[in-house]
Amino acid sequence: MEQPVLADHPGLVARRRRVRLGKALAPYLLSLPAGLWLLALFLVPLVVMLSLSLQTCNFGTGACVMTWHWGEFGQQLSLYHSQFLTSIYFAGAATVIDLLVSFPIAYWIAFYGGARKNFFLLMLLLPFFVSFVIRTVVWQFILSDQGIVLGTLKNAHLLPQNFHVLATGYAVVAGLAYNYLPFTALPLYVAIERIDKSVLDAAYDLYASKREAFLRVILPLTIPGLFAAFLLTFIPALGDYINQQLLGGTNNTMIGTVIQNAFLVNLDYAGGSALSAILLAIALVGIFAYARLLGSRTIEEYL
Amino acid sequence: MSAAVTTAPEREAAPRHRASRRRRRRWTRFILPVYSWLVIAYLVLPILVMVIYSFNKVTTGLPQVSFTWNGFTTQWYQQWNNVPGLTSAFWLSVRLAIASTVLATIVGTLLALALVRYRPPRFHGKVFVEQIMFLNIAAPEIVLGASLLGLFVTINLARGFMTLLLSHVAFSIAYVAITVRARLTGFDRSLEEAAADLGANSWTTFRKITLPLIMPGILAGALMAFALSIDDFVTSNFVSGSTVPFPVWVYGVTRVGIPPQVFVFGSVIFGIGILCAFASIVIGRRKV
Repeated sequence: MEQPVLADHPGLVARRRRVRLGKALAPYLLSLPAGLWLLALFLVPLVVMLSLSLQTCNFGTGACVMTWHWGEFGQQLSLYHSQFLTSIYFAGAATVIDLLVSFPIAYWIAFYGGARKNFFLLMLLLPFFVSFVIRTVVWQFILSDQGIVLGTLKNAHLLPQNFHVLATGYAVVAGLAYNYLPFTALPLYVAIERIDKSVLDAAYDLYASKREAFLRVILPLTIPGLFAAFLLTFIPALGDYINQQLLGGTNNTMIGTVIQNAFLVNLDYAGGSALSAILLAIALVGIFAYARLLGSRTIEEYL
Repeated sequence: MSAAVTTAPEREAAPRHRASRRRRRRWTRFILPVYSWLVIAYLVLPILVMVIYSFNKVTTGLPQVSFTWNGFTTQWYQQWNNVPGLTSAFWLSVRLAIASTVLATIVGTLLALALVRYRPPRFHGKVFVEQIMFLNIAAPEIVLGASLLGLFVTINLARGFMTLLLSHVAFSIAYVAITVRARLTGFDRSLEEAAADLGANSWTTFRKITLPLIMPGILAGALMAFALSIDDFVTSNFVSGSTVPFPVWVYGVTRVGIPPQVFVFGSVIFGIGILCAFASIVIGRRKV
């Protein structure tokens, strides 16, 4: 790069200095727009949220005054701890179901998908081509009391007339499990895909049984993927309120519904902010655990 | 299905444990494929129901979807724009998605370039930026939406297209940057050096060499941003105010009755999406 013969020319020296300065600034200039955007519309809102949770708000007008009211957190928790527990329970159940359902299919595509891997991955992604809300609405119709499934079974007298799935926790978990299945299956696929097949062959050469090879080679190697899949499914499911509102009826309220109502119906910005902050804290426990164990960059590999 | 399984013997371990191998064959040849297709059928079921019932006749007075089959009709496809709120919500979503995609793709690609080419001695704060992106993706969307609403209320910014656009770009940037970066890692920088040696200035090098080479990555990032924006409900529900995009509009009518046109829009969007996806698979295969 250096061309000492021409270095004496004063114009060139100045130009090279400018280029060097530009090169030094390049990474910052390139990341400046994104950095500013994320600062103003991701980090600042989180700070505002925390500050709002310490304010006292007028429910009628939505006007808030800073009062350093730390009690809001305890108050909201004592009011809505059961909704938090319901959310954790439903999201956890849906995530476990998704992990169990999607592991075999991810395994099959990764090991035996052959030339059609992309086709099968596209099949897993199909639900994403239909709007999230519409998908859930259709499940509402499929599961409805006199709908395609239950209505037919009832007419055949295989189910009692008062049997229902909608407005139960089962419907909510089923909806969550359906909507977030691709979030589980894809990270698992990436993790299994990445396993070096010769390691598996080595296990068999060393007289590992199929079971042992699975438990002691495949499973340990997919643990980062399992953790990523858990996180990428559990956290969005935790804050979800569409499934609960469309499939769960008025019972089984999840925390997302409470937050939505606080912000959009009751205009209780302080309460809603406190609840959001608590929800974020719960999610952060998982996020930090992941970042500590596996590094924050690794999750990108599973997206 | 058979084509997918024929590769199985190649991957088979050294010829040992004949019985166990035969068991493994049966397992992989029959049980796993059947199971996988059942899961795929389960994933497709609601989509199929949506497409079929977009052709359903309506017998009651109000045009609303019902799940008793009343006969085949293409009426709702002919009257696709008969519901004023729905059509305007749809076009709003399209405009919003296009604007948000353009902005997020530019900003996210620049960030990806910075992240893939520079390390800490040259780029302090790289790790911090990466952690922020990680947090942005991993945090529950409802918290992001709620906090954005809190911000807009606090600074007294009226909710509408502007707040929607700001928010959609905010949640797309990290995804675009990661997608573009993934495609950038194998980039051969000697091509850029060759261009510079041949006398191209840095702008020409970028335009003629870098940009065409990273274009597939940028397009993938743009597709991601578009998909995220057009289907976003949670954040949009918080920051939309009375400017209602498609998913929020559909959510609003779930309580009062859904016009059949919703399923028409859903089916058409699904069809277009599938066509694009298959096209990209075919194009991708041809290049490799």
